[in-house]
Amino acid sequence: MANAFRPAFVLVVLLTLLTGLVAPLAMTGLAGLAFPFEAGGSLIEDHGRIIGSALIGQNFTGAGYFHPRPSATTEPDPKDASKTVPVPYAADNSNASNLAPTAKALIDRVKGDLASAGPAPVPADAVTTSASGLDPDISPENARRQIARVASARHWPEDRVAAIVAAHTEAPFLGFLGETRVNVLALNHALDRMQAP
Amino acid sequence: MTISGWAEICLVLALIVLAAWPVGLYIARIADGERSFLHPVLGPIERGFYALAGVDPARGMAWRGYAVALILLNTLHFLMLYAMLRLQFYLPLNPDHLAGMSPRLAFNTAMSFVTNTNWQAYGGETTLSPGSQMWGLTSHMFVSAATGIAAALAISRAFAAGGMKTLGNFWADMTRIVLYLLLPIAVVGAIVLVALGVPQTLATHADATTLEGMKQTISLGPVAFMEVIKELGTNGGGYFNANSAHPFENPNAWSTMFEAWLVFLIPIALTFTFGRIVKDARQGYALLAVIGIFVIAAIAIAYAAEAGGNPLLTALGVDPAQGNMEGKELRFGIPLSVLFNVITTASSCGAVNAMLDSYMPLGGMTSMFLIQLGEIVPGGVGSGLYGLLVFALIAVFVAGLMVGRTPEYLGKKIQAKEVKLAMLAVLILPLAILGFAALSLVVPAATASLGNAGPHGLSEMLYAFTSATGNNGSAFAGLTADTPWLDTTIGIAMLLGRFAFLIPVLAIAGSLAEKVKVPASSGTFPTHGPLFVGLLCGVIVIMGGLQFMPALSLGPLAEHFTLLAGKTF
Repeated sequence: MANAFRPAFVLVVLLTLLTGLVAPLAMTGLAGLAFPFEAGGSLIEDHGRIIGSALIGQNFTGAGYFHPRPSATTEPDPKDASKTVPVPYAADNSNASNLAPTAKALIDRVKGDLASAGPAPVPADAVTTSASGLDPDISPENARRQIARVASARHWPEDRVAAIVAAHTEAPFLGFLGETRVNVLALNHALDRMQAP
Repeated sequence: MTISGWAEICLVLALIVLAAWPVGLYIARIADGERSFLHPVLGPIERGFYALAGVDPARGMAWRGYAVALILLNTLHFLMLYAMLRLQFYLPLNPDHLAGMSPRLAFNTAMSFVTNTNWQAYGGETTLSPGSQMWGLTSHMFVSAATGIAAALAISRAFAAGGMKTLGNFWADMTRIVLYLLLPIAVVGAIVLVALGVPQTLATHADATTLEGMKQTISLGPVAFMEVIKELGTNGGGYFNANSAHPFENPNAWSTMFEAWLVFLIPIALTFTFGRIVKDARQGYALLAVIGIFVIAAIAIAYAAEAGGNPLLTALGVDPAQGNMEGKELRFGIPLSVLFNVITTASSCGAVNAMLDSYMPLGGMTSMFLIQLGEIVPGGVGSGLYGLLVFALIAVFVAGLMVGRTPEYLGKKIQAKEVKLAMLAVLILPLAILGFAALSLVVPAATASLGNAGPHGLSEMLYAFTSATGNNGSAFAGLTADTPWLDTTIGIAMLLGRFAFLIPVLAIAGSLAEKVKVPASSGTFPTHGPLFVGLLCGVIVIMGGLQFMPALSLGPLAEHFTLLAGKTF
């Protein structure tokens, strides 16, 4: 036991320094040099201002924007720190609903969202919360159903909006790797840039 | 279920086996201290470690010495992490001045990372500084993974020859596994993940102004390097609360396939390593076949359960075509969510890219059942292999009982002592899982933590202790885990699941190593053919799985049938 103490202690210290300090710091430096955009969080700037991350969803409520999936993220209640209040797409506190498929709370929430979701069948991603609460994407079907609203709010012809949606629809690689999806922030950013040339 | 979904799944599984074969043989070589292509660079570091530690890597250890070394190193490591988490406020690289953890949460978290469980009672981005994530959690992911692999090597060696007094040198095993196996793959893997979009920065957050003019604080950190060892070492503790579902941990389909590949790489590779160490490759193939049967069956069940969508929502007018999307990310869809979650629960990784609490009852039960089998198909890095070997011993013992012969495995006679120790190890699992879960379901302080009602509430609690004892770390995360009762009992369950299992197994190895190797005769039961594969599958289901059926009937199975009847809670 006593003669095992030195190697145990020395190895704990050395392995911590190597794998917990030297290697991660070296990788941080290397990643920043090789892939500065990705290593920094894929942040999108517009006129020198960070408008979000290409990978992280953000909340949109205006009629002229495409809306993301519902989000279950929360923030501490400003009035009572022991409680939380819903804050969709809080990117500093990723969270899911964790509601069971048989949870009454889930059924009631979906019922509420369906009321404003248009005719059935509604695409599932339009009324379900994601695992991170930060899902950046919606399905093409979900986007298609929002085209009329967005076009009318912007006083644009629907074809024009539909063309932008089509340009921002990402198909699976080789037809089977991944899902067909539309990045909501990229889509809405494209809409804004078209309006203000 | 779709053909393209199955194509994705089969592609990943094929790439895993393809890579695991050379990696497995490579592990056998570095375990032997042979030179590899990395020695010109890392050899001096290895020798430096031995010199500072005062270790002679060639000196073998008997099983007791090996066990003492393993436990001592892990005890010191536990104490160090506990201190780091408590003292976080005073340590560097904490730009947001986050406070230290409470004693009970620090105990739970330190235990979680030392046992390779990575249960997250804390919320990553809200409670831990980049410094704590790096030298606290990330370094523990390396060391706990190496500990498991070292133990598996020691046990494999016991079958290699007859009349051995020692199982190898623990210090040398640890050093070599970290230097020549884990670190190089982690370095390359981190670059791949960054290229795919995973951040690696010392900044803790970025402040964005959204298109609608709202403030959005985006948490960042040195994620990529932690992410890669989290998968590679079957650890599972995420940088963020949402774990591998967070877009920064897992930005797209490519990253989720790469991460799933990393999780299975070493556990599958070790079946080839085992074949090489015992000098009979077919023995490793037989174990791989058993693993393959369970994994593919589990994927099929979970995929079928999730792809059909939630009938309760379909009845309201939701299109079931996308499947059950509550708690899932669109970029993964059902196939990659199911594949990832089966892979991370069949191994003891416990990373999640979709929330198991919101899985359909049978989908969630698949993950729970895989852990309850004992985390052996293929289980965690190292721990899975030695767990599977324990079941292999029980399988040959059962076969021996049927024909009235002394059972043998790989030429070693399996006698009363080994079978008793094997049963001792195997019984720890139901004791800790069912014992703690039953207790927690009657203690009001524990049931207050439940996030869902009805049978699903029972599933949440059962899953928590299943995950802790199996050293998995995934959760039905609606459970509020950071309470005095759960922090403590889950911490103890993790400890039992890791070390109360490991010590009897090392004792078996010590006992078997000394025995002479009996040459195979016409009466020897071959342990590489389909008969043995079938027998081992049966023993795993009956010994490992069946004892949990009553509990599963009250939880996920009951929920499944009430759901079909349209009942909600």
